[in-house]
Amino acid sequence: MPESAYSVAATVAPLSLRRRLANYLATAYAFLSVLIVLAPLLAIFSYLVYKGVGSINWAFLTQTPKPVGEVGGGMANAIVGSAVILAMASLLGVPAGIGAGIYLSEYGQGRLGNVVRFTADVLNGVPSIVIGIVAYAIVVFQQKHFSAFAGSVGLAIMMVPTIARTTEEMLLLVPRALREASYGLGISRWRTTLSITLRTALPGVITGIMLAFARVAGETAPLLFTAFGNQYWNLRPDQPTAALSLQIYTYALSPYDDWHRQAWAGALVLIVLIVGAVSAVRIAVSRTYMGAA
Amino acid sequence: MADPAFSQPSMPGPQPVEAARSGPPNAAGSPSSAVQIKPGFDAADGIFKFAVTACAVGILGLLVLIVYELALGSSLSWHAFGFKFFWASEWDPVNEQFGAVPFIYGTLVSSFLALLIAVPLAIGVAVFVVEMCPRRLKAPLAFFTELLAAIPSVIYGLWALFVLVPILRSLVEPFLAKTLGWTGFFEGPAYGLSMLAAGIVLAIMIMPIISSITREVLRVVPQHQREAALALGATRWEMIRVGVLRNARAGIAGAVILGLGRALGETIAVTMVIGNRPEVAKSLFAPGYTMASVLANEFSEATGDTYLSALIEIGLALFLVTIVVNAMARLLVWSVTRGLPRGAHA
Repeated sequence: MPESAYSVAATVAPLSLRRRLANYLATAYAFLSVLIVLAPLLAIFSYLVYKGVGSINWAFLTQTPKPVGEVGGGMANAIVGSAVILAMASLLGVPAGIGAGIYLSEYGQGRLGNVVRFTADVLNGVPSIVIGIVAYAIVVFQQKHFSAFAGSVGLAIMMVPTIARTTEEMLLLVPRALREASYGLGISRWRTTLSITLRTALPGVITGIMLAFARVAGETAPLLFTAFGNQYWNLRPDQPTAALSLQIYTYALSPYDDWHRQAWAGALVLIVLIVGAVSAVRIAVSRTYMGAA
Repeated sequence: MADPAFSQPSMPGPQPVEAARSGPPNAAGSPSSAVQIKPGFDAADGIFKFAVTACAVGILGLLVLIVYELALGSSLSWHAFGFKFFWASEWDPVNEQFGAVPFIYGTLVSSFLALLIAVPLAIGVAVFVVEMCPRRLKAPLAFFTELLAAIPSVIYGLWALFVLVPILRSLVEPFLAKTLGWTGFFEGPAYGLSMLAAGIVLAIMIMPIISSITREVLRVVPQHQREAALALGATRWEMIRVGVLRNARAGIAGAVILGLGRALGETIAVTMVIGNRPEVAKSLFAPGYTMASVLANEFSEATGDTYLSALIEIGLALFLVTIVVNAMARLLVWSVTRGLPRGAHA
């Protein structure tokens, strides 16, 4: 394919061997690096499915952990605990993130907008364990005990900057003319933003939210000293609560084979739940909006 | 909930009245603005703007809150040890002697090892996807790299602990010891749980972010740069080297630094494979400890205020380093991609 590009030149002076060799080597290197990068991905996924499917059973999905050393039991409480923590985190983080995103796209052309934009990008890179310390300091330390709510606060802090930035990007894609048409009909600015701009961009905004959700759903570090984990059922937000990622972490580092088995099962369930939740919302969004259009 | 307002013509009825109320004085006061279409104003607009501004300022507030809490929590340790905290290498909770050197060393070494492995590969992948890849392969490749980024850290750790570490212990480390043992970096007993294992896991984890941002940056390079290079008779590689990579180097540097930021703060996967021993060892086969993993392991069990405060000081140091690293990376990436048409009215 590249030959045709310089075939005219080639008739004048053939490419030196060195240049041709460098070209081939570079191409081969780029191709090889793709293979090397894909290898661990395939290894992780196939091994996860292989170990997970072999380890998962009904007891795992319906029972709470057995006492240390006993075989059997499951992670039902951790699955529900993760759902509770994530639901509370989304309740806290999503509205704030969308609000900040609206500010950035609709009002954020000035200096404050740029400062907020930059801060959000920088916050995105703050290690999750540091967020955990902050959640510990503002919730756990004040209340003097670990709680699901503290974990939710940590995860919400992680969600806000991501959602703000993706919401902004999606709102900016909405043509200016659409806003002006709405103003022209005499609709006020806030109503235009919510009913026209945000609604037009909603599929993209929701995708952004789901990406943020998927990112925090598997987080372990901010939950270590906030939600803390729990061997028993707990649905109260002010009590220590088990989470799937925490349970996988604890079980993987334990010396028991049966717990290792359950860690793999938990990992598979976690991945399936994350991918499932994200695709379910995406499908629902595309159904609603493609249907309406 | 708000869609009827747009689809049903009867609904926006009340609003034109409001617009008419605020409209005329506006038009009469400044005729020059008649050309521009201005939205009608009502009190709700003010409230709405205030609410979204509060959300945006809240993001600034979050940063201030993080700094404040970390500074407050670490003040005890700061007063007890001062700068010595970052020079001392003794970590002895029993005798309340705290020095952060082993953790700083472990964080730096594992992160740079990760960059050493990940950067050449990530750039290779980005160049392949942007410059060489057949159109049909582009979407699946992008999808797979995104997928890598979506795997939770704890699952990387799980895989590394039960698959990677045994392979390192039985195959890779003995091989490296035989061939490169004379360098001093690959010697000593092969535990598997080691700085090397942490570096490799980190490399796998930061590859997607470096690669996807490099891709973004390469895409911004103007097409005519490529065409000019080809027209001068460059081979494809020469075109990529002179026309693309050279133009994108600031952005690529940003991508690499962003990857470094991720590696510095990565906690769970590293904690699971690095061996967690607070020592400074030259050999990559030796277990180590990082700033993030000492927090993960010891924070909830820290007895005594000085101990807890010392841990928070490590957290503060980690935070400050990642903030600086990320700010640098963002500025570099922004300097390259800012020319992009970001949106309809940006």
